[in-house]
Amino acid sequence: MTRAAPSRDELFALYERMLLIRRTEERLRDENKAGNLPGAVHLYIGEEAVATGVCAHLRATDMITSTHRGHGHYLAKGGDLNAMVAEIYARRTGICRGMGGSMHVADFSKGILGANGIVGAGFAIATGAAYSAQLAKEGRVVVDFFGDGASNQGTLMECLNIASLWHLPLVFVCEHNRFSEFSPASTVTSGQISDRARAFAIPTLVVDGNDVAAVWEAARAAIERARDGRGPTFIEAHTYRIQGHMEAESLLLGGQHYRDDAEIEGWKQRCPITSLRKQLAALGSVEVSRLEQIESHIMARVDEAVKFAVASEPADPELAFSLMFDGQQP
Amino acid sequence: MAKKRYIHAINEALFEEMERDPKVIVFGEDVELAIMGDCRGLLARFGRDRIRNTPICEQTLTGMAVGAAAAGHRVILHLMFSNFIYTGMDAIGNQMAKMRLMSGGQARMPITVIASYGGGGANAAQHSDTAYPPLLNLGGINVATPATPADAKGLLKTAIRGNNPTFFMEAGGRGGEQGEVPEGEHLVPFGKAVIAREGRDLTLVAIGSMLKPALAAAKSLAVEGVDVEVIDPRTLVPFDAAAVLASVRKTGRLVVCDEARERCSAASEIAALVAERGFDSLKAPIRRVTTPNVCIPYAPNAESRVIPGADTIIRACLQISPAKTSLFSAAAQRAAGDLLPGA
Ligand SMILES: Cc1ncc(C[n+]2csc(CCOP(=O)(O)OP(=O)(O)O)c2C)c(N)n1
Repeated sequence: MTRAAPSRDELFALYERMLLIRRTEERLRDENKAGNLPGAVHLYIGEEAVATGVCAHLRATDMITSTHRGHGHYLAKGGDLNAMVAEIYARRTGICRGMGGSMHVADFSKGILGANGIVGAGFAIATGAAYSAQLAKEGRVVVDFFGDGASNQGTLMECLNIASLWHLPLVFVCEHNRFSEFSPASTVTSGQISDRARAFAIPTLVVDGNDVAAVWEAARAAIERARDGRGPTFIEAHTYRIQGHMEAESLLLGGQHYRDDAEIEGWKQRCPITSLRKQLAALGSVEVSRLEQIESHIMARVDEAVKFAVASEPADPELAFSLMFDGQQP
Repeated sequence: MAKKRYIHAINEALFEEMERDPKVIVFGEDVELAIMGDCRGLLARFGRDRIRNTPICEQTLTGMAVGAAAAGHRVILHLMFSNFIYTGMDAIGNQMAKMRLMSGGQARMPITVIASYGGGGANAAQHSDTAYPPLLNLGGINVATPATPADAKGLLKTAIRGNNPTFFMEAGGRGGEQGEVPEGEHLVPFGKAVIAREGRDLTLVAIGSMLKPALAAAKSLAVEGVDVEVIDPRTLVPFDAAAVLASVRKTGRLVVCDEARERCSAASEIAALVAERGFDSLKAPIRRVTTPNVCIPYAPNAESRVIPGADTIIRACLQISPAKTSLFSAAAQRAAGDLLPGA
């Protein structure tokens, strides 16, 4: 696999995308706290480098599958911000017209085959999409994002087998954020997850998921390989979930703890966005002002997205009937 | 007797049965921290040999329940949301439901699967289903649908002591509701319905989560002069057909409400049963009140449009209510809307 580091402009683009995800989710966190969102939200804060570094190499026609923690994947793949926020607000203008919510944000026209509420559902969907892409011979690639917890669903092994056997244009990206809901990975997951792929003769790359350049490099090699028809790659990206499993998780925990505050603090010090900002700011004053522009531009976009959502009409309840089938009554 | 929440009544049953029989074990995803509330405190009391977190792997968990039961344990598998029944369906349909007959009666399947069902929380399509209808069709699976804290405790204890697989379906939105719960030994038999409210004009069968809106509907209908009898079957398999038929013989009218989707719902099965065996007593067509044949949308306004509530039940009851009631009172017309026959 060829190695290459992201250029300065590419680093700025990565920074901007990570910051967009971060600021959007910080706002969602606050809106959730204020009681403004009808459903639960699972936030990706701290893990942005993974989706961003991977999706930087994807074309509009490439496809991804995502998880219940899917806002970052959606935004990294080029999903529309206003439409996502409006979806989470259950508005008519939402990307799924208010029918799906946070756990189901999807834009099939952009190859975003959906966040998913069923843990591990993405494996087989991605494998099927990659099979279809292979048959179509248009050079499309599929990326399957999933968690360390999801890796324990048996379908992962079934999909690794098919992907390897058929040389599918598929990249498995395991986002190892150390928790499966409230269970530390060490208590529910044995061995190194990427070794599962090695057993099926799939090449593996283990990367620091909080280093966007490292993710970018690994993904570049894997996606190139898939596009060239050389088959699947498995990336295991190590990162950390800063927020709770879901917002307001303390209500479920009833005073119980499953991790130390010190551990969270430690990982906050390894924030992928802060470290890239430092690296870019060290380049000079031009870069510093560029960073500031990015920040204010993104803050304005997030504000606008929330305003757009709040001003939008509520979802149309009749869609529950008219959208069940294509051209057929339920 | 003491007032307890539904979820605490379930917790109490788990404690008592684990105390009573060392062969009872609990496993499932995050049961140790007990995020659903029902398993709270079990780890501290019984330790990890008796209650254990598992990885996320429902297809395996349902199969493991079969194996551990075959090997001599009394298994409680917690599947969290009832949608995950679909994820674990193979061993449920092909093993759990069939092992006893296939083995010529050798195998015993003392398995209780706990799952929380229903919508109303903006949890969207994959976390809001009322997923018992496919279980009803399997044959070898019991299904309990407690609506009150007392029945939750009593049915769970019966399920755990039984030698057949039982799905214990927690009404998701009802965990915080309170009711009187008998202390200690309180067993509710399977296949025994209760009359939650007596009435003369119409039989309203309400399953699990639908009992509360059904009772509210009955109260409103009483003001309209319709005297509704509300029956809670408590278990869908086995089903107390005699209780429903006896009530319909008295009232001549039947409405069945079920949070599951209409097609092949428990309501459909109950309606078919009464149409077959109670036809002579019927004075009006049977009505089912269910979620329509759609998946549960996220937006709260759309969600409440599809999940039945007291209003939906009132409308259905008025459609088939006896003419002697003040059917054409202003209030009744408002409630019945354009669904009134002939309107
Ligand atoms: C089939 C299924 N089982 C269980 C759940 C409940 N659940 C939601 S998220 C989650 C943990 C997922 O862990 P992981 O895959 O590591 O992703 P993370 O939340 O850490 O991003 C679980 C058990 C579910 N949604 N679907």
